[in-house]
Amino acid sequence: MSVAVIVFPGSNCDRDVAVAIEAATNVSPTMIWHQETSLPKCEFIVIPGGFSYGDYLRSGAIAALSPVMHSVVDQAKKGTPVLGICNGFQILTETGLLPGTLMRNANLKFICRDITLKVEQNTNLFTSEYKSGEVLTIPIAHHDGNYFADPETIKLLESSERVAFRYCNSNGQTTKNSNPNGSINNIAGILNPEGNVLGMMPHPERLAEKLLGGSDGKPFFSAIAKAINL
Amino acid sequence: MTVQSSNTRDLMGLSLKEYELILQLLGRDPNDTELGIFSVMWSEHCSYKSSKKWLKKLPVEGPHVIQGPGENAGVVDIGDGLAVVFKIESHNHPSFIEPFQGAATGVGGILRDVFTMGARPIANLNALRFGSIENEKTRHLLGGVVAGIGGYGNCVGVPTVGGEINFDPSYDGNILVNAMTVGIAKKDKIFYSAAAGIDLPVVYVGSKTGRDGIHGATMASAEFADDSSEKRPTVQVGDPFTEKLLLEACLELMETDAIIAIQDMGAAGLTSSSVEMASKGGVGIQLDMNLVPRRETGMTTYEIMLSESQERMLMVLKPDHEETARKVFKKWDLDFSVIGSTNNTGYLTLLENGKTTAHIPIDPLVSAAPEYDRDWTITSSEKIGNKISPPSSITKALLTLIESPDLCSRHWVWEQYDHMVMGDTIIRPGSDAALVRVHGTKKGIAMTTDCTPRYVKSDPIEGGKQAVAEAWRNITSVGAKPLAVTNNLNFGNPEKPLIMGQLVGSIKGMSEACKVLNCPVVSGNVSLYNETNNEAILPTPVIGCVGLMEDIEKSITLDFKATEESIFVIGKTYGWLGCSVYQKLFSSISDVRPPPVDLIKEKKNGEFVRFLIDNHLLTSCHDISDGGIGVALAEMSIASGIGAIINTTEDIPIHNWLFGEDQGRYIITSKDPNSIISSSKQHDIDLEQIGKTVETTLTLPGSVSIPVTEIKAAHTRWLPEYMGTV
Repeated sequence: MSVAVIVFPGSNCDRDVAVAIEAATNVSPTMIWHQETSLPKCEFIVIPGGFSYGDYLRSGAIAALSPVMHSVVDQAKKGTPVLGICNGFQILTETGLLPGTLMRNANLKFICRDITLKVEQNTNLFTSEYKSGEVLTIPIAHHDGNYFADPETIKLLESSERVAFRYCNSNGQTTKNSNPNGSINNIAGILNPEGNVLGMMPHPERLAEKLLGGSDGKPFFSAIAKAINL
Repeated sequence: MTVQSSNTRDLMGLSLKEYELILQLLGRDPNDTELGIFSVMWSEHCSYKSSKKWLKKLPVEGPHVIQGPGENAGVVDIGDGLAVVFKIESHNHPSFIEPFQGAATGVGGILRDVFTMGARPIANLNALRFGSIENEKTRHLLGGVVAGIGGYGNCVGVPTVGGEINFDPSYDGNILVNAMTVGIAKKDKIFYSAAAGIDLPVVYVGSKTGRDGIHGATMASAEFADDSSEKRPTVQVGDPFTEKLLLEACLELMETDAIIAIQDMGAAGLTSSSVEMASKGGVGIQLDMNLVPRRETGMTTYEIMLSESQERMLMVLKPDHEETARKVFKKWDLDFSVIGSTNNTGYLTLLENGKTTAHIPIDPLVSAAPEYDRDWTITSSEKIGNKISPPSSITKALLTLIESPDLCSRHWVWEQYDHMVMGDTIIRPGSDAALVRVHGTKKGIAMTTDCTPRYVKSDPIEGGKQAVAEAWRNITSVGAKPLAVTNNLNFGNPEKPLIMGQLVGSIKGMSEACKVLNCPVVSGNVSLYNETNNEAILPTPVIGCVGLMEDIEKSITLDFKATEESIFVIGKTYGWLGCSVYQKLFSSISDVRPPPVDLIKEKKNGEFVRFLIDNHLLTSCHDISDGGIGVALAEMSIASGIGAIINTTEDIPIHNWLFGEDQGRYIITSKDPNSIISSSKQHDIDLEQIGKTVETTLTLPGSVSIPVTEIKAAHTRWLPEYMGTV
């Protein structure tokens, strides 16, 4: 079993997520350079955060056309779990694996801080180690995290339980004040229809160790360990 | 084209005397290109001609110092084969002209200074000063600088973990943007800039050269008048994406054995990098302008040599290693061009279309640079201003202090900086010092920037001491051992004896503090001529201090941890209100002496605090600085939501006790008060037990109970409101 982490020029959370994966799985992920045209055999693919191609043109737009992404899309369609965090989420929407787009934050500023996040349901492979409705403390760090999609798409996402996470207050209520970036309905992470592709703006790898200030992100990586052992 | 009119010489910032020296050195008239090269190399920014004499007096050595000043950054041993590499540098002038790009390229430049030496940057810090809050421009400059620092550091993926911001009308025409980078390298894999050896390939890598930033170093060596906005073309434009690629490519190449010398192209671009490398290696260097990657056509030698385009490096490679290096840079999509070679002529020779366009002896270009012994007088306030009438209400006084522009929360700033990327930030911004883990180890590097310019203005020597002492104290507060400092000396026009006296005095104070506290200066930067229309900034000698935490699990933070814990003040409280924030906000007294710094006590108290932390006796610790005990307690409450009941037995007025800024003090909390008291007796330490932690309200002597939520609201209110982003 192996985990692939895709590295683009400008990725900068590739090491961070690799550390979290290794801590949870005891497997050192394979780092895949963007110019590779095929992926080695792997059971799990991660697209890390950062500024792929400097976020030029539009966050994630150029990375989505990178040679390696053709294989990632193929693998995703065959059912391999694919996780996109932050810039990874932006790239997944640009490839069309996930609907909608991430616009500039409503306050037009980069925001880096801990936020509280509600696990909508634990029936998918990514959140199986959490309880449904559990409130997590996880950091965000982005300039373009304001999730937007047309009303039909939002309706479809919500009715088919494809919203994985929402920004909430410490009591788990999804209020306007607890929405850091203006995302529609406080959406922080979504799944594809098959449930094997997840995109999310928050960074679970940044709070997966007590010394860093919290470990609410850790079960996320334990779930990956479980998923690839299946 | 020949110039040599006094007009052109003036434009290039050279004095008549300096020009005559050039004629003498060359034995002929220089052409424009040569004159331009002399001009930048001899600019204040590159040659330190006004400060050199005094910088030599700073203590720069220590058993753990691997590299002191004179290289791209300082290097200090942290054990286990590792070294910490760090430096602070100013980007004041460009940031005033164009705040976003000025600040962004300041971060880019200091990052390159650190990774040029083979270190992976692990954190950025900064020290910022802005004009009066009533000044219309302040909002625009603050917003632009913060966005620029964030925009660059966030993209490169290095966390920005600390800094400081103050406001004062003296910075209205000259803001300060000082950026610091800390990196980690293997001790036996440090890279230097000396290009030793002849017939070696000189390689240009990174971005292409454009016409931006020409004469930036000269611009940064002069006062501003009202026309500063016309200098916008001298400001460089940053591309953090290319910087990230350059960082990764350089570190990848450094894993091989290909590099003899490497130097980033910072101020004065290709000129200073090539001249410094050749000079340090004792060789000559020939460069062919036609081989320099350019983004514009028709660029002359003059423009290419003086451009300050960003994200560029110059390397001297071992023969036969070109292909190894070329492959690495191709992988990262960066330009790679052999643009010349080293030789034994001792000359800088530049070719354009096969013709020699400049031919300058390198040694005098570097070593004959003028050095001035400028007149100086140190003026210090004599009056002691500790008798200030008490406030009508202690509660109101505390709230006024805590919500004031100088003391309010900076979360609006640091939330725009990615301070967690790289996954090793153990103590985040808003603490006394940030703590960043050395990746894959138990070690941590504590870091901070500090300066109290109003103290330096009133007494340059005490103020210089205090800047070092406060930085040292901040590192100590988290439990780390201070190792060394980097300094950024920001002053006005050194040709004025009073300003020169501020520089000389603060260097004297710093030197003394660095010696006593065993914290040598290993790198630094000088920024002079921070004046507009003859008005100088407050003297601002910023200290960046770095410390080592052997075991990060032992580090502590300033937030109260639980109720029913005992609270103590370490260090004697005399109630020194002169030059304090309280004095600034609540009295019309001015021109009084700042709190004196007793370096022996400072050291003793600090070592005691580290002893307590090391023995797990403390639950929290906070240094006492601006705003005194009252503000320090409020900050410990705000960070935790836990309150305290406070009393004192000191026989001084309550407001002196609460808001005085006596030096060398800490507030600590402990579950084991008896051990603290007995240890303090053993170590002969001044200790005052001042109360205990309780739930949700802070009760100061002479005050009603204030809900912590109310203090927090006051603390966090001002800055977002001021910036219009509530």
